[in-house]
Amino acid sequence: MPKITYIEHNGKSHQIEVANGLTVMEGAVQNNIPGIDADCGGSCACATCHSYVEEKWFDKLPKKESAEEDMLDMAFEPKKFSRLTCQITVTDDLDGLVVKMPSKQG
Amino acid sequence: MIKTDVLVIGAGPVGLFAVHQLGVIGLKAEVVDNLDKVGGQCIELYPDKPIYDIPALTVCTGKSLTENLLEQIKPFKTNIHLNERVEEVIKDKDNWKVTTNKKKVFLTPNIIIAGGVGSFEPRKFPLKEAERFENNGIYYSIKDKNYFKNKKVSIFGGGDSALDWAIELSKISEVTLVHRRDEFRGAEHTAQLARKFEKEGKLKIKTPFQINSIEGKKNIEAITVKTEDGKTEKIVTDCVLGFFGLIMKLGPIVEWGLNLEKKTIPVNTENFETNKKGIFAIGDICTYPGKLKLILSGFHEGALAARGCFKLARPNEKYRFEFSTTSKSIQEKLGVKKSD
Ligand SMILES: Cc1cc2nc3c(=O)[nH]c(=O)nc-3n(C[C@H](O)[C@H](O)[C@H](O)COP(=O)(O)OP(=O)(O)OC[C@H]3O[C@@H](n4cnc5c(N)ncnc54)[C@H](O)[C@@H]3O)c2cc1C
Ligand code: FES
Repeated sequence: MPKITYIEHNGKSHQIEVANGLTVMEGAVQNNIPGIDADCGGSCACATCHSYVEEKWFDKLPKKESAEEDMLDMAFEPKKFSRLTCQITVTDDLDGLVVKMPSKQG
Repeated sequence: MIKTDVLVIGAGPVGLFAVHQLGVIGLKAEVVDNLDKVGGQCIELYPDKPIYDIPALTVCTGKSLTENLLEQIKPFKTNIHLNERVEEVIKDKDNWKVTTNKKKVFLTPNIIIAGGVGSFEPRKFPLKEAERFENNGIYYSIKDKNYFKNKKVSIFGGGDSALDWAIELSKISEVTLVHRRDEFRGAEHTAQLARKFEKEGKLKIKTPFQINSIEGKKNIEAITVKTEDGKTEKIVTDCVLGFFGLIMKLGPIVEWGLNLEKKTIPVNTENFETNKKGIFAIGDICTYPGKLKLILSGFHEGALAARGCFKLARPNEKYRFEFSTTSKSIQEKLGVKKSD
């Protein structure tokens, strides 16, 4: 299973195996990793699953759809490498992905 | 002080249907919601999106579902107190005393919390200084546009609210519209109008910029904005408006002495009562083994919680189960049959 690393804003890091087909958000929520709220349950309607993807990974991810970009307008402190983790589906290609959580989700 | 059989907190789909279930068994309800309209997530987050899993409705939208629910509870003439957040819940002998942020007080033996993921609140600027200036230079909504007359106003956001207000206020104030990227997500024609105003010099547009700092001692004097690449610019301004949509905040619910599991309230599945007698929780906010955050599950939860409320609201009466098809009393309450 692909390994995903979630880094909390305070630097605490969690490496988790996440099954293919789940989203990066679901990987965090199912493993009780703090920092991803996912209030809307993954329907791209809340922007509380926001995180910063490590730069070298950003271009390897499937591109954002316009709905995700729109929702990112509402995220807390969006930056260049911001993504909504509910919109990233885990595949073998994402083995080793690192995401950093913002200081809060809103 | 308003006395009632049941106070329903939250006018989302689940709270609205609970009013129906209370109504058919003869209990009077009052509803409070922080939003300026009923419908909860269905109206705030996806009014025009299709829903395919409401029993017996092949498809409906968040908006049409809400409208139908309102129609269905019309016979009960329930008061819905909008733009009010329930702040405080305290025990008062056999009742609960419930106070809103507008200091309205309810006295009731039963509370049904149908609060979803919490009350909808404006999303705020991520800067610490923004708190200090909130309501004194920094605003997240406009009550009276004339307040901004002849002032220098910076508006942040890329949706309809930001665009509409930028255009509207540009007629009476000096407006700069700031957005994190070049594209606006608001209606196409509004975005075009804003660009037209920009060309005509009626409005300044700064993209792709985000807020970086706020300057000023007692009042805001200027702000700086920056791009992703760290380029900064200063904007002299009197007021800053942020339109970043709404976020759901559990808020005061955490202070009512209820057990909480993550952001949800554990309940029993017999009548959806919480750890406090007379306080029930239904819909997205409740949790129990197997809970599904679906509207249809919330409807069922409301039906059972309503029966749970009966005991405390009518201690000397016995609840009788009846079908709406055949019950004269239910049909009278719905106004579909004249009592003889
Ligand atoms: C994009 C999207 C699509 C969805 N699609 C479906 C679908 O197809 N089928 C389905 O079954 N479900 C769907 N859902 C989920 C469904 O919308 C929720 O399960 C449902 O809205 C929950 O209803 P509720 O009444 O419990 O809470 P909500 O709809 O969240 O309403 C809660 C209300 O309580 C108010 N409130 C909270 N605290 C307070 C307080 N202290 N004082 C005053 N008011 C307060 C809030 O302002 C809010 O209006 C979807 C959700 C989203 C975001
Ligand atoms: S979980 Fe709500 S936008 Fe991702």
